[in-house]
Amino acid sequence: MTDLSPVEKIKRESRGLRGTIADSLTDAATGSLRDDDQQLLRLHGSYQQDDRDIREERRLQKLEPKFSFMVRVRLPGGVCTPAQWLALDSIATTYANGSLRLTTRQTFQFHGIAKRDLKTSMQAMNQALMDTIATCGDVNRNVMASSNLVESPAHLEVLALAGDLSAHLLPKTRAYHEIWLDGEKLVGEAEHEPVYGRTFLPRKFKAGIAMPPTNDIDVFSQDLGFVAIVEPAAREVEPAARGVENGALVGFNLLVGGGMGSTHGDAKTYPRLADVAGYFDKQHLLAVAEAVVTTQRDHGDRTNRKHARLKYTIEDMGLEAFVAEVEKRSGVKLAPAKPFTFDTNGDRYGWLQGHDGRWSRTLRIPAGRIADRPDLPWLTGLREIAKVHAGDFRMTPNQNVTIAGVPSGEREKLDELIAQYRLDHAERGIPLKRDALACVAMPTCPLAMAEAERYLPQLLGRVETLLEKHGLEQEPVHLRITGCPNGCARPYLAEVALVGKAPGRYNFHLGGDQRGQRLNVLYKENVDEAAFLKELDSLFAAWAHERRPGERFGDFLWRTSRIAAPAKPGAA
Amino acid sequence: MTVGTPVAAAPFLFDAERATRLESLVADLDPQALAWLSGYAAGLAAERGRAGGARTGIAERGDRADAPARVEPAARGEAVQTATVLYGSQTGNSRRLAERLARSLEAAGLQPTLVSAGDFPVKKLGDEKLLFAVVSTHGDGEPPDDARALFDFISGRKAPPLPNLKYAVLALGDSSYPKFCETGRVLDERFAALGGKRLFARVDCDVDFEPKASPWLEQAIASARAESGATAPRLSVVTPLRSAAQQAATRDAPADVELVANQRITARDADKDVRHLELALPEHRFEYEPGDALGIVIDNPAEAVGRVIELAKLDPTTSVTIDGHTHALAHWLARRREVTRLAKPFVEKLAERSGSAALKEWLTPAGGERLRAAFKDLQVADLLKRFPASWEPESLVRALLPLQPRLYSIASSRREVGDEAHLTVAVLDYQNDGERRRGAASWQLSTLSPGTQVRAYVEPNTRFRLPADGTRDVIMIGPGTGVAPFRGFVQHRVADGARGRNWLFFGGRHLERDFLYQAEWLEAAKKKQLHRLDVAFSRDQAAKVYVQHRLRENGAELFRWLEDGAHLYVCGDAERMAHDVHAALLEIVATHGGRSAEEAHEYVNELVAQKRYARDVY
Repeated sequence: MTDLSPVEKIKRESRGLRGTIADSLTDAATGSLRDDDQQLLRLHGSYQQDDRDIREERRLQKLEPKFSFMVRVRLPGGVCTPAQWLALDSIATTYANGSLRLTTRQTFQFHGIAKRDLKTSMQAMNQALMDTIATCGDVNRNVMASSNLVESPAHLEVLALAGDLSAHLLPKTRAYHEIWLDGEKLVGEAEHEPVYGRTFLPRKFKAGIAMPPTNDIDVFSQDLGFVAIVEPAAREVEPAARGVENGALVGFNLLVGGGMGSTHGDAKTYPRLADVAGYFDKQHLLAVAEAVVTTQRDHGDRTNRKHARLKYTIEDMGLEAFVAEVEKRSGVKLAPAKPFTFDTNGDRYGWLQGHDGRWSRTLRIPAGRIADRPDLPWLTGLREIAKVHAGDFRMTPNQNVTIAGVPSGEREKLDELIAQYRLDHAERGIPLKRDALACVAMPTCPLAMAEAERYLPQLLGRVETLLEKHGLEQEPVHLRITGCPNGCARPYLAEVALVGKAPGRYNFHLGGDQRGQRLNVLYKENVDEAAFLKELDSLFAAWAHERRPGERFGDFLWRTSRIAAPAKPGAA
Repeated sequence: MTVGTPVAAAPFLFDAERATRLESLVADLDPQALAWLSGYAAGLAAERGRAGGARTGIAERGDRADAPARVEPAARGEAVQTATVLYGSQTGNSRRLAERLARSLEAAGLQPTLVSAGDFPVKKLGDEKLLFAVVSTHGDGEPPDDARALFDFISGRKAPPLPNLKYAVLALGDSSYPKFCETGRVLDERFAALGGKRLFARVDCDVDFEPKASPWLEQAIASARAESGATAPRLSVVTPLRSAAQQAATRDAPADVELVANQRITARDADKDVRHLELALPEHRFEYEPGDALGIVIDNPAEAVGRVIELAKLDPTTSVTIDGHTHALAHWLARRREVTRLAKPFVEKLAERSGSAALKEWLTPAGGERLRAAFKDLQVADLLKRFPASWEPESLVRALLPLQPRLYSIASSRREVGDEAHLTVAVLDYQNDGERRRGAASWQLSTLSPGTQVRAYVEPNTRFRLPADGTRDVIMIGPGTGVAPFRGFVQHRVADGARGRNWLFFGGRHLERDFLYQAEWLEAAKKKQLHRLDVAFSRDQAAKVYVQHRLRENGAELFRWLEDGAHLYVCGDAERMAHDVHAALLEIVATHGGRSAEEAHEYVNELVAQKRYARDVY
């Protein structure tokens, strides 16, 4: 029998995720936590990182790396109130690096919080009724829910269910309260974890609910995905005007086994689209979700972390056996999946009116980075908006923010603030720039092999030049870039993707669709900017000349056989 | 080393005929042959000396391989008068003067005992007949650490009557402090009050001590001779059997060392630039032990010299002759006089020449604060600029202090780094009043590239030594660059396999920016070479936290270590830190040792007496 991975031992012996985190925090001689505590801290919602730009410089200076912590908020469905926004803004400016970062999982991340400020930051979040529990680590992470929608009763229900799902799958340990909020100290045995057991999950676990026709959450990339099934209400008032969005939520299609992560050079790892397992009525949501989680808990591979995601468990068990186990555990028999169609996985900008007559406006935030830059004082601008806005904020899966629940009379005031702080700057860009995603990568992410967020503006500028050259600049092209193959920005679903391999070098992928339903393929391995721009130039030329009316770039590449599916498991 | 003829150097040793013969004998010998000859003569002298059987107490550090060999007096039955040369020294100046006196006394035929105040058996004070004390005052009226116990004893009720004592005191100090030469003054007055007979008046020396100290030494020798009746000198110091290239580098004869590394060790966003310098030492010439300092002899920064000359409106090429030495003015200011440090004589001269009432005010007791602030932040050029006056080249040079070597605690152990010495240098480079301020040595050192030679020598610090017994625990308190010697200490203890525990207290402003040698300390802690590591960073939180706070927090444990025989060391800032740490220590002993304030004081003095509480503060 193969040995368990070392992390398993750390989790098992952690006394409910406590470990020695409290002691590690008080060691004033280092900005770091003890090794084991670093693992456990993830399940509390934080990663230890260091400024990699100055790692070598500090080594020569005989100083330890400049450690700091990334802290990720739990925000099911990406909804927060203006008061919470102001609390987060204050943490960002007081303890973090002066920026808020919107993630591809609809929440906020802070970067650059020093160890000595971690506890205060957590407490400030708690004051604003937020926490960071289980937003990282081997556990169900922030639960996503379609965001960029015309508000409807069904959508509100989906958002509420995302919250229920998040709460239901939270660890029961009080370690978080004990360590960060000065809660009572545990005496004796750690709390019982009915869903997770002592060792939690074998690997990270991601869940989300998509609401057709929008697939902004890229539901096929989730370990556990749900597609909301909405049927027209019996007494539809204006069916033509509002369509299916004004119907009633009846249930969900269950999707299992999606996942983006892979490892360079390891063919046994690959991105995978989720399987559509079947349909169930909405009241079974928590039971079905829990059954999927516990099946993964008991059947997932705990010896090899590169083979531990649910997608591999399903590959190993077979979908049928897996679904049978879920049905047995949940007591819910799945019906055949109901039909659904997605038209986009992107966001819509500009004002949209919801069922209740209120409005929402989505602002384009490239790479999700909200900071005050010269001429673009976005952090200040959104703070000013939060001070006067009475509705709420929605973080979108595309790293944008929606100002939601705005009465007609308030729009003008908000538009003025948006203009004053130039928050509309990025949405004026070409479609390529409005849809692109980037993970954080350098200098804080310990996994990054190449630049992503910092390189994005330059990259987009160069690709824009190529599109202009071929008269294609108004065509939407979905481009995503990550600093490593783990897939935080869901690159394997993009039409054009760059996956970091080494400084300045990327694996170049092509061929996703714009609906999050098709994996792209590796087109060129380990290439530099000049090489992939040269490829893009000739492919854009071909697209411009040979495309059918309205044909998207990814679709064109497949139709003209410029790319082909590899003979690899999981690759579509 | 340049010397005159042997005859000129010691006219009293030889009659005219012998002198001539000796001169012709050595006239055309090369340096190696001369070195050999000196050893030969030393050997002869030592042999004859042993036959006499006398023994001096001057061999304090004479067991070192490179120390000058000394010839003992051929007593031949004559009664030899003993004399005690007592020193209390913080930076080494008093010790050096005391050593000079002891050597001269010995040469004069007396049998001197050279003793540090810390080693002086206070109970035998009553037996002393002839005593010369050279003692410094540091800070505002503080005795040097090694003189504390003696100072307390003699000031206290237990001090014995001293009817048989004849004595003289040389006091060193810094006139920018109100209690100038306080320690020397108190000793002098107490000796008298206890019945001692003052041989001649005490002399108080300022920072530039040489002009007043030399005559005092002469006077001391003369009166010792008079007291003992000794008329003929008995011996001379002999150069050891080493070629010049092998002689130990000294303050007067520093040697070149090569800079092999110059690494900033504070983060890019730190307030201070602190450098870790690695110097490759020529073999044999730089024996050092952890705790010792390296003296760096370096010219003043050219821009500082230029500013002085410009502001004084003088021609840099003008020849200036002082005490028989002739150099261009620029040379004097670059190589022989302080221009980055102020001293009172210069301020006095400037006040006189400028006629400035404001400046004169600084020199009155009421202006002391201003004067001290000026000493801290201003350089010679700053005053020349603020108080214009006309200067003659010679008067300017005379008003300035002789250029002193800069001392840096050595931050390494030879057991770890071989023929290298490492230094931890805080670079003085800041803006004041719109002007750029740069330290004479630190800034220049920071600009040097590896491969550059600098002149240096070892300045021993025998008061600051690891316990000989490796099983003893050591507690090291070294905020900022005060941590330097402790890097050497820990290296040494690890190389020695010392079994005692090591506890370091470090302090700085920001954990991420100026925790000097952080990576090494963390590594040492991981390897259990450093058993406890407590740090205080003053600006990482709202409340300012310093090392003394950490001491108090760990008071119970710290007292237990002391009770178990631990040695405690403090290095760094003298102005505040050393005081605060001392106060914390007294408090800890009182609190955790259940002692009254007075008993705690005694306890700590006893630590000093046992050489278990040593400070290297500046």
